[in-house]
Order: sequence, then structure tokens, then C-alpha cells
Amino acid sequence: MLRINSPEELEKLRQEILSRSDPSKPCISICAGAGCLASGAGEVIAAFKAEIEKQGLTTDVNTKGTGCPGFCERGPVVIIYPEEICYLRVKPDDVPEIISQTIREKRVVDRLLYVDPTTGEKAIHESDIPFYKNQKRNLISYNSKIDSKSIDDYLAIGGYSALAKVLFKMTAEQVLEEVKKSNLRGRGGGGFPAGNKWEGSRNAPEPIKYVLVNADEGDPGAFMDRALLEGNPHSILEGLTIGAYAIGSHEGYIYVRQEYPLAVVNVNIAIRQAEEYGLLGKNILGSGFDFTVKVHQGAGAFVCGESTALMTALEGRAGEPRPKYIRSNIVGLWGRPTVLNNVETWANVPLIINKGADWFTQFGTEKSKGTKIFSLVGKITNTGLVEVPMGITLRDIIYKIGGGIPGGKKFKAVQTGGPSGGCIPEKLLDLEVGFDELTKAGSMMGSGGMIVMDEDTCMVDVARYFLNFLIDESCGKCTPCREGIRQMLKILTNITKGKGKEGDIELLEELAEVAIDASLCALGKSAPNPLLSTVRYFRDEYEAHVKEKRCPALSCKELIAYHIDPSKCQACMICLKKCPADAIEGGKNRIHVIDQGKCTKCGTCIEVCPARFGAVNKISGQPVPAPIPEDARTLVRKSKEQ
Amino acid sequence: MSEIILQIDGKEVKAKEGMTVLEAAQSAGISIPTLCHHEKLEPYGGCRLCIVEVEVRGWTQLVVSCVYLAAKNLIVRTRSEKVDRIRKMILELLLAHAPDAFELQDLAKEYGADKDRFEKESSFCIHCGLCVRYCAEVKKKNAVGFVDRGTRKEISFIPGIASKECWNCKECFPLCPTEALQAAFVLTKALISSPPSSELVSVGIGKD
Repeated sequence: MLRINSPEELEKLRQEILSRSDPSKPCISICAGAGCLASGAGEVIAAFKAEIEKQGLTTDVNTKGTGCPGFCERGPVVIIYPEEICYLRVKPDDVPEIISQTIREKRVVDRLLYVDPTTGEKAIHESDIPFYKNQKRNLISYNSKIDSKSIDDYLAIGGYSALAKVLFKMTAEQVLEEVKKSNLRGRGGGGFPAGNKWEGSRNAPEPIKYVLVNADEGDPGAFMDRALLEGNPHSILEGLTIGAYAIGSHEGYIYVRQEYPLAVVNVNIAIRQAEEYGLLGKNILGSGFDFTVKVHQGAGAFVCGESTALMTALEGRAGEPRPKYIRSNIVGLWGRPTVLNNVETWANVPLIINKGADWFTQFGTEKSKGTKIFSLVGKITNTGLVEVPMGITLRDIIYKIGGGIPGGKKFKAVQTGGPSGGCIPEKLLDLEVGFDELTKAGSMMGSGGMIVMDEDTCMVDVARYFLNFLIDESCGKCTPCREGIRQMLKILTNITKGKGKEGDIELLEELAEVAIDASLCALGKSAPNPLLSTVRYFRDEYEAHVKEKRCPALSCKELIAYHIDPSKCQACMICLKKCPADAIEGGKNRIHVIDQGKCTKCGTCIEVCPARFGAVNKISGQPVPAPIPEDARTLVRKSKEQ
Repeated sequence: MSEIILQIDGKEVKAKEGMTVLEAAQSAGISIPTLCHHEKLEPYGGCRLCIVEVEVRGWTQLVVSCVYLAAKNLIVRTRSEKVDRIRKMILELLLAHAPDAFELQDLAKEYGADKDRFEKESSFCIHCGLCVRYCAEVKKKNAVGFVDRGTRKEISFIPGIASKECWNCKECFPLCPTEALQAAFVLTKALISSPPSSELVSVGIGKD
């Protein structure tokens, strides 16, 4: 590869790359993100390559393994350019048809299109699908346009032009001003204004400074950063280099969790390519500015997403936060000024530079600007990554983009911000999404996890689940977090088991207060959020567990029982045969009865009981009706009665 | 080093720049309870018992005094309803692990902490890290360290180092706020599981 020595040479190369590619030539883009790969995208890509060769189209069609476009629910996702025809859930068997129909005959394969579940209408183009239509995809839309392993593809969409602009047309102060003006706030959880953080580091007297990418995305169910790092790694590198220039740093690190192997591979490839082109390393683009980036793999600790724990781990020590009363942008990694921003924050930087702060601030609310990527998961029809302007309501995200709750169930709550966030109830669904708005509601933006829960979810159990996650992830250094979480989890577990006592809710609140006030780092300070928000909005559920030993969501195993309604049971033997605990008595023409002593509450009987009978009930907080007497169990079928 | 004046519990206190609030208070004879603090060691900020209220530019904040630096005109309150409530809870949480530790019992009296508030899990160790840090920072031997994290975190001696270094040292034993039992017990355990050696027979434990 040739080294690029000036912005002119960069533009020349870009034109060359563009001229090499014929925009009218068909290009098959297959999502090669982790989600689609798990549902078989690798085989689909191989099938396309084989079929193209078989049909002798190698020179007429391009194929690309791209980053994640977000619609993971319907993966593997295939988009055919230039028409932007979008096929979903594509299997290797579909490939010959796609090639012969769509590529050769320019005909759409109907059965692979998106079908609107309510109207039954089919959508041919990606942009017609409601899931995409209602988003504002400033960042993530690039994912499906480029081969994540190709720097030329990134250059073709204008990549590294922001870096060239910064290095040759802007002073470091101007870059800083632009970022400050954009009011870009940290996407990793804190929402701290990036420009102010950068300025602090720039003004710190210590000459050696560092810039870091926090890619230690550890929230259960969150995968925004993974998608960006896997799909468009150069955008992160470009943002990081611009940040380094602005604060006067020459060394950067990407701290990525090792559970993201594809992201690690792709970002390492990207670094190598950028170095070869002279877009990283010494004398970038001939500007005299030097900047190197190294990748550091985390060893699987959630707490290392916390800024000082991340830096301690990067220094080679156990990932524990240090008791900071000095910000790490002044005294950070190895005691030097360090700017740590999240993947998504860095990815926004080249856009802000190229399109300007005014462009960026047109999206969002007064205090939260731009777009934000959320990973929408849980009890939601369209699972996937969604990028929306700040200020959109939760209702729009869940219903317009997410397609609502599957199975005709009722919405109960949405948990935002990961284990440190809180649960937001239905009455607040019209809340505008923004850093401060979510915090006010007892939750937080966090890095953008969004877990939707339906009526079958027990909110006490949700709080228990998140504390159970955190008990393993607390570093264990400070008492309020280590011991506070231990005791809160014990009490919550007892409550879900029907062993809750009068005063437990108040004790939980007291423990939570101490954890918030006295913990060393953000992990402990925010650990009680799921608990406190569920107590705040669903206190009646807590009280039902404690006082009536009843789980209103019929979810806590120890508080529920399964019962077969003798008036509905048709003695079909299905549940009796499927019960793994042999807990169902009965026989042919004998009404079935569950032996409560043997029942393990696995729920198989209720699942297999034919819907037209609906004989199995879940009950909670009331005694199980006594089994009907042996001599009354003979089934009298209505048809035979007549 | 320049001298600064701050206010602790309504009293004017002189301190040197770079001193922590805890050091400033101690120098003025004002006592703040601590468990993980040791004058020879780097501030750790782990037990959180030394938490105090500070007022900076009209804002009241809770900070741990062993880490927070004394500053000019800083107003510090070492006791308040909130501070006491936090200390009481911290003590109750720790007493679940080391109910018989004298130091904890004395503090419990002071703060009205109920040692039976939480179910006992007598692991004795309260994770103050004094043994670990003393061995690393003062003795520079690293014979004892923390393993695992969260509630599974515990101290552990590295048999290879401990069998050579600990016999003539044992300086970490008296540091333990739970009456030396913890380090001694863990050391014995580590050495028993390491290859037998005549040196190990009488480590001098059994002070229970």
C-alpha cells in the first residue's frame, strides 16, 4: 500500500477508489456483525460467493460482509445495491434464487421481504421498513455501506476527510471549540460534556497525555459499541485521532472487552491499514502530527467500564477504581491527563467536524444533542439496534420502531441504562429520552441498553436479577458496595421466595441510601437504581410479595402454583405425558390433577395444554383448591351426555 | 510547603498543602474513625468509615477523609446525622463478618450499631487490605494478596513467597482489625497446602 503524504493525495486516492467502483454494478451486502453471524450469515456469504462463481458473475457482482445495520431480530440481513432491496432472514438455500431473480432478472424475491405484521404490506427497501423509517441513523447507517475490513470502503464514503480538515485547516483550539459548541455528551453513561473534558486535559501542564476508547461494554443486553467497533472501526480511529490532536496527545488505547473477538480483529485490521496509509503513526498525512493507537483486551470485568478502574487495569493492575477526587482528565492513566470517551462518543466526532456543530445540534433536546444508539431487547417485537434523535419518546421507540410487545401482552416497564439504570413504568412512556430526563425518572441513559418488560415480568425479581449480576461484578474494594449489594440481594431473594418480612422494603431503602452516598465508584453508587426505581414505581408488587406472599406477575416460582381446572380438563393426557416431574395424576377419561408436592413449577403443563381447553392456571397468594375426590374424576364428555 | 487553614467541626485547623482531611484532623486532635487507614500506607478509601461532610463553595458533599485533600477555607463536619447513619450501617455490615472484633465492637457502641442486624457470615475478613498493602508497600514482598472480586474476594498468601518470607516477619498479624486471626488463619491454610517443610511447623499461630 502507498503511504499518503498530504490531503491532496488523500483526495486523489479517494477519487481513484470511487472511479474503480461502478455505482450501477450490483453489490450484495450481507451483515457480518456478531448477531447475523450467529444466525448463519457466514454460510450465506459463502453461498453467495459460490453461486456467483457458478453462474459466472464474478466480475459483474460485488459481495460485501458489512457491519450491523441493526435489525438483528430478522438476521441475516442482506441488502442489494444500488436498488437497496432488503431481504431478511436469508438462508443459504435462498441464495440461488436471489442471484437468478434479483441480480439477473432484476426481480424482487417476494417471500424474503419484510412484511408489516399489522397491515400485511411488504417493504422492498430498507428505508420503507417501519423499524428503520422512524430512526435517525447518523452513525449506524454507514455500517451497511462498507466492508468492515476495508479502509478503501471507508475512504469511499468520505472517511478521514475530517481528520485531514482538522490537521490542515483547524487549530487544536478550533477543534475544541467545535466539539464544545456541539455539546456532545459522553455516550458511555455519565453524559459529561466531551468538549469540557478535552479542554481540561489540553490545559493540564503535564506534556504527555493520553486518549482512550472505552469499549468495555458490559451491560447485559447492550451491544451498540460492539456494532460500531465491528462495523465501522475506522470512524472510531478517526474520531480518536482528532481528539488526540485537539488535546495534544500522541498515544491512544482502545480498551475492548475480550468477549468481543470480532471487534478486536476488525479494529486491529483497521489500525494496520491506517498505519500503512499514513493515517496513523508518525507524521500523519504529512502534517507533522504523530499518533499511535494500541488495542488492550479487557479480562472480563464489568467494573473496568468505570473510568479509573479501566485505567488501573490498563496499567497492568487489578481493575479496581481508585478513590478519585481529581478528575482523570487531569490525573489519569499513569498519572497523566487522560481523555476517556466511549466508542459512540468518538464515532460522533468526525461527523461533527465535517458537518459542523450546528448540524449536530439540530438533533436532540436542549441539553442532550445528537442521536443515540440503543439496543432494544427483551419483550419487544423488533429486537435490534436503533439510532434515534435525543428527545424521542420512549413510546415511539418501543411502539413505532420496536413494533410493540409480542404475543398481545401488556407493556409493564422498560429498563434503561443497564444494571445501573432503572425501570420506567408505563405512565412515563411519553418521557423524552435525554440524559437528564432519564436520571430524573430514577434511571439513566447509561450506554444505551433498553430492556422491555411485559406483564409477565416480576419487578422484584428484576431488581434481584440486576443485583445478582452486580454482586459478581463489584470489585469488592469498598464496604457499601460489596456488603450493601450482598445484603440487598439476600433480602430481595428472600422476598421472591416468600420469606419477606415486614420492614424489608425500608431496610432495602436504607442499604440503598448508604451504597449511593458512600460507595467509592459509580458502580456502587448506581447499583441500587434498579431496586429503588422498582420500589418507586411498583411498590405494590413488593408489598404483595411481603405481605400476601403473592407474586402479581405470577413469575416467582416459590410463590406460585399450577392448578388444573377440573371443569375444563379434557383428560387429553398431553400435560400428564410431558410433565418432567411425573407430578400429574390422571389417565384416559380421568380428570388430571397436579400433585403439588411433586410439582417443580416448570410451567410445561400450561404451555402444552391445548389453547382450546386452557385448563391449567397459575395462581399466587391464595390456597390451591383441594383436588377433586377420586370418585369424581371420571370425565363426562358433553357430547356423550346428550 | 505552604500552610493552609481549614475549619473542622467549627475549629480552625492548620494543615500543610497535600495533607488529607484525615491527617489535618488528626494533627488537631480531632478523631475520625478508620479501619483501612495506616499512616505508612497509601490512602485506600476502602472501608469508607472515615466519611465526612465537606462544604465547598456552598455545596455539601460526602467524601472520605483519608483521600480528600485539605484545602484552604474548606469546612469539614466529621459528625452529622447523615455521617453517623452511614457509619452505623457500615459497622453493622462488617459486624456480620467479624462480630467479635473489639475494634468494631467499640465503634458499634459509639454509633449505636446493632451487631446482629444482618445474618452472620463469619468470614472474619473485613477487606481493609492492611495486610495486603503493608506487605506490598512497606515490606515489598507481596506474600499476601487479594484474589477474586465482589463478595468472593478474599485475602490469600502465595505459598511460594510466604514459606520464605512470613516466618520471620508476621508484621501484618497485629495490623488486622479483627484481632490478627484472619491473616494468621489464611497464612496457615496457604502453608499447609504447600509442600511440607520443617520451617512451617511452628508458625506461631493459635492465638484464638
